[in-house]
Amino acid sequence: MNYKIWRFGKWQFRLTTTRYVLMALVAIMVVAAIFRFVLGLGAVTNLSDEWPWGLWIGFDLLCGIALAGGGFSTALIVHVLHKEKYAPIARAALVTSLLGYIIALVSLLFDIGRWHNCWRPFFYWGYHSVLFEVFWCIALYTLVQVLEFGDIFFERVKSRPLKVFLEKAMPFLLILGIILPTLHQSSLGSLFVVAVDKLNPLWWSMIIPFFFVWSAFFLGPAMVTFEGSLAARAYGRQPETEVYQSLVKVSMWMMIVYLIVKIIDLNYRGVFSLAFNGSFESNMFLLEMIGGIIVPIIMYAIPSIRKSQQGVAVASFLVVAGVVFNRANVNFTGMAKAVGGSYFPGIWEWAITLGFWSFLVLAYCFIAENFGILPKEEHAVSHAAGAQKSIAG
Amino acid sequence: MPKGVLVDVSRCIGCRSCQVACKSWNDLPATPTVFSNNWDNPPSLNATNWTRVGYHLIEKGDQLKWRFVKTQCMHCEEPACESACFTHSFVKTESGAVIYKPTELNQDYCVGCRYCMIACPFSVPKFEWDKAFPFVRKCKFCYDRIKEGVEPACVSACLTGCLKFGEKEELLAEAHQRIDSNPNYIKRVYGEKEYGGTSWMYISDVPFEDLGFKTNVSEKSIPSYSWDILKWTPGIFVGWGAILTALYTYNKRRAEVHHEEEMYAPVQDEE
Repeated sequence: MNYKIWRFGKWQFRLTTTRYVLMALVAIMVVAAIFRFVLGLGAVTNLSDEWPWGLWIGFDLLCGIALAGGGFSTALIVHVLHKEKYAPIARAALVTSLLGYIIALVSLLFDIGRWHNCWRPFFYWGYHSVLFEVFWCIALYTLVQVLEFGDIFFERVKSRPLKVFLEKAMPFLLILGIILPTLHQSSLGSLFVVAVDKLNPLWWSMIIPFFFVWSAFFLGPAMVTFEGSLAARAYGRQPETEVYQSLVKVSMWMMIVYLIVKIIDLNYRGVFSLAFNGSFESNMFLLEMIGGIIVPIIMYAIPSIRKSQQGVAVASFLVVAGVVFNRANVNFTGMAKAVGGSYFPGIWEWAITLGFWSFLVLAYCFIAENFGILPKEEHAVSHAAGAQKSIAG
Repeated sequence: MPKGVLVDVSRCIGCRSCQVACKSWNDLPATPTVFSNNWDNPPSLNATNWTRVGYHLIEKGDQLKWRFVKTQCMHCEEPACESACFTHSFVKTESGAVIYKPTELNQDYCVGCRYCMIACPFSVPKFEWDKAFPFVRKCKFCYDRIKEGVEPACVSACLTGCLKFGEKEELLAEAHQRIDSNPNYIKRVYGEKEYGGTSWMYISDVPFEDLGFKTNVSEKSIPSYSWDILKWTPGIFVGWGAILTALYTYNKRRAEVHHEEEMYAPVQDEE
């Protein structure tokens, strides 16, 4: 073993070099956070009246929530449609999703200027605002996910009554845990409907909520594949290639639908030609559609690529990158011409974002090493061979 | 009765008295002036500059002419900021003024999310970036003055009659009368229909697009766009919930029982 293990009670955590680096990034984030809360947004960010929303909203919130799409798509596939063969990846998807939402909520808290008022929206029913729907659904869904995770948590932390209660409540939580994200994934898109004369027509559409929720859903299997492949490599485990190659077919079909609807929508609004006029926006749009949608569809469609671990992982990475790119295009590229000025995140904004995502990786590792979220292996392939001990530990 | 202001661009001489009057009435701090490659000062609206006069050099054939356009909050009939805000921090008052409640009425619910800034089609709300607990700031149509029957500070300072305050309906009629009786005017009252209409209206003798106005704009109000989508929410919640419940119950009966505790395990090292 080339790493130390930190043990406390029945918990343990591997301390590798990478993890020290990640911990340092989290520490820097904490310092930046203190600056942000004491000095205000102007002092630590490059945000301006032209660019009121920057990295934390455009990336941490919009992408964090989209990447967490794996939680609700696998919940639907495994627990509602009962495609049991996909069960091995369900718990890891839930955990990633929960962590993604926590990051989104924390970055939101960092981003809002008057954060001491953050509880107020619960009491002022601004239901005519899209943000109202986003806020309520994200808050409730995070709670639902915490309860869903409770089912896993209480396997290790023994509390019979709570475990029984959660098992009883699970069907209700599962269904609520699909409706809420369906609503807010779409309403994150609806947020931009108000930007009707600001957002470039390649992205602005009355059906942008459909594009957001649909892409969050097809992103799910791709994200599960991508992170599962990473986790398998990190832990020296056998990746669940068989599960991935089958699951991503859902993404493939949904992306084909997405592509068709996108083309119809652009034609319907008479802006299809904008995609080919050679402008910066059109090139970014084509890059998004080709690199993030068309190429992965082709890769998924060819069995020899889809069934190889490397092929399925690369294609899934492209899907993930494509959705992140889409959110960035909506929030930045598509708005740039209308709002003027320029924006590039400052060093403290990056420090905070990097710290958040480093925290996500560390938290995922801690949970994977202490709770049953990855499928039990009969024969571990790594140096951890023979380390399979009973869960009760 | 809702009030309005009619801005006749052809009458503005660019004296900036309105800017000064606004600062003075609203007790806004002065900001250092800066040189730029045009004549505008300040270069844009911000948290301490709620109105400004933009300078436009218009070329028409071999003729050059200056035109000056005062900009401020348009005070929409259906304000985007009001509908975008999920804490009800904006309100369209009976007098027509759209005001920000945390600073004007001391009702501090604003979380500082800045969605109003994204939503406003005229990019009017501005943020106090340099404060630890910033407010959103913008022109309040001197609602405190018009409540007492006094015209807004900027209008009272206007020397040329470029700004005219009054009943909105009367001003709209006057605007049409002015553009119809003089062939020099562009046949458009900006603010009559744009985004569902605004309390501030402009008429001009040079094309609006040359004066920095967004001209190819929707006549539908911004709130109606988001409402067209939001109205589906309860239906989706109930309908999608019913579908999921049905699927869940149907599939549950057919599914085998799983012992999840035996399927998963922590990735652990030996002691």
